Amino acid sequence: MATRYFNDLHNWLINEEFSSLRQARLHKAYVLWLNLIANPLALAGFLVVLALVLIATLAPLLANHDPILQDLTMALKPPSPINWFGTDEFGRDVYSRLVYGARTTLYISVLVTVIVAPIGFAIGATAGYLGGWVDVVLMRITDIFLSFPSLVLALAFSAALGPGIENAVIAIALTVWPPIARLARAETLTFRAADFVVAAELQGAGMGRILFRHIVPLCAPSIIIRLTLNMSSVILTAAGLGFLGLGAQPPMPEWGAMAASGRQYLLDAWWLTTVPGIAILLVSLAFNLLGDGLRDIMDPRNA
Amino acid sequence: MSIISVNDLVVSFGSGSDFKQVVKNVAFDVEPGETFGLVGESGCGKSTVLGALAGRIKGWSGSISIDGEAVGPKRSRSQLAKQQMVFQDPFGSLHPRHTIGRTLLEPLEIHGFDQRQERVERVLRDVGLPPGFRHRFPHQLSGGQRQRVAIARALILNPGILLLDEPTSALDVSIQAEILNLLKDLRERDKLTYVLVSHDMAVIAHLCNRVAVMLDGQFVEVASREQLLRGSVQHPYTRTLLDGSRGYVPPPKLAS
Repeated sequence: MATRYFNDLHNWLINEEFSSLRQARLHKAYVLWLNLIANPLALAGFLVVLALVLIATLAPLLANHDPILQDLTMALKPPSPINWFGTDEFGRDVYSRLVYGARTTLYISVLVTVIVAPIGFAIGATAGYLGGWVDVVLMRITDIFLSFPSLVLALAFSAALGPGIENAVIAIALTVWPPIARLARAETLTFRAADFVVAAELQGAGMGRILFRHIVPLCAPSIIIRLTLNMSSVILTAAGLGFLGLGAQPPMPEWGAMAASGRQYLLDAWWLTTVPGIAILLVSLAFNLLGDGLRDIMDPRNA
Repeated sequence: MSIISVNDLVVSFGSGSDFKQVVKNVAFDVEPGETFGLVGESGCGKSTVLGALAGRIKGWSGSISIDGEAVGPKRSRSQLAKQQMVFQDPFGSLHPRHTIGRTLLEPLEIHGFDQRQERVERVLRDVGLPPGFRHRFPHQLSGGQRQRVAIARALILNPGILLLDEPTSALDVSIQAEILNLLKDLRERDKLTYVLVSHDMAVIAHLCNRVAVMLDGQFVEVASREQLLRGSVQHPYTRTLLDGSRGYVPPPKLAS
């Protein structure tokens, strides 16, 4: 029965003779999903990202210790059945801190993405659509932001704004939007003079309608891919800021800060830097693999 | 009373050393229900004249009046709805990620029309497509079907005038005839006025009542359909075009 049901569902989803708008949309999502599971590397990346999201949401259930509870008698214990990844210099459980640290990482990367995508698109697409002096002004501002190394710019902003995770998010967002704006501008320029855009203009569509209803669906794949690939550099920058003491503040568990504090005990307590280091590596790699996979799947130029 | 009246139309692009006058002092009138053809070689300015009529090209001078109302380079919504354009390339003129239904609904949303679903179904039927095509994407359609959708999109605002920019030149020969007949039927039924740009004399002869022959931004002759069919045209350039449309005619055999 169940297989029969799934077969019917599959046939309904794969059928291109749509009978409703909902079916057309579900069909697109289903085809995307079929392509994703056919690409093992992208699927691996997707599963790790999914695991990160699950770990972050279920952190209180998965952690077996309080991540900020100090117990100096338990300091710097190696991995054991009680403390799976050992304890740090204040006797806090590294495994529990790692699990809660997933929240910080996800919080920073999602927030940066949510801030950056609309700003980058709005600036880039406006510049590309209007052209002329608007384009010149907006793109020179973008160039100024692009001309600084991103970590240095993020450092300067978070030093100016003061340490803390919200300021780290703002600082990172300020370094991530320029490439998105450039990409959105380039994509907008390719569709700017397309007949379907001209047709919409001749029907009286305003600039907002053209940008958000016509240009957005066409730019979205490349911007999503770019943001996914950027995700790893956002995580690394956040970890870098945490490492330098400008990101998340103690006692908040954050992978970069955890690696930084473990540095002093590197020879005696290898697990303090290794475990968060591997976590950062895995998550950045997963986002890169997923981004590459999405590019293969979604970008029409690679099809 | 003419539905389209154009006087001293001049269109130029660029400035300084790049300055180029593409359309030079063009004037014509089109009567309601008439099909007016513009013919000429590539780059003669025929599409530019159409672009100025549609409101697509802004940098023109002279006077254009449509439906008795003088229009400027910038049009109001109701002025835009009086004429709609059908493009040459059916693969580029539909948004690749919008379903046909969405493409047809959009002009209705912009102009605040009611009974939208009914109107979409009716216009699809008018151009000979089943209503189920609403939910399809352009990549699922053939070139001829796409061109029908493009015509449906132009018709959905009930314009009196259709501006046709080489509507059949990107299509297969067998499909060309279908689309031309569809345009003919729609013209009879809805009393539409067409301005048709083409470089194909056969297409022009099939649809047009009158045709303006353009050369280097100017009209060299305005001929009637009968004149074209009889071959009694005056200007040598018109004759060249007519001869060209007959295809390859073998030269008379030399006496051996």
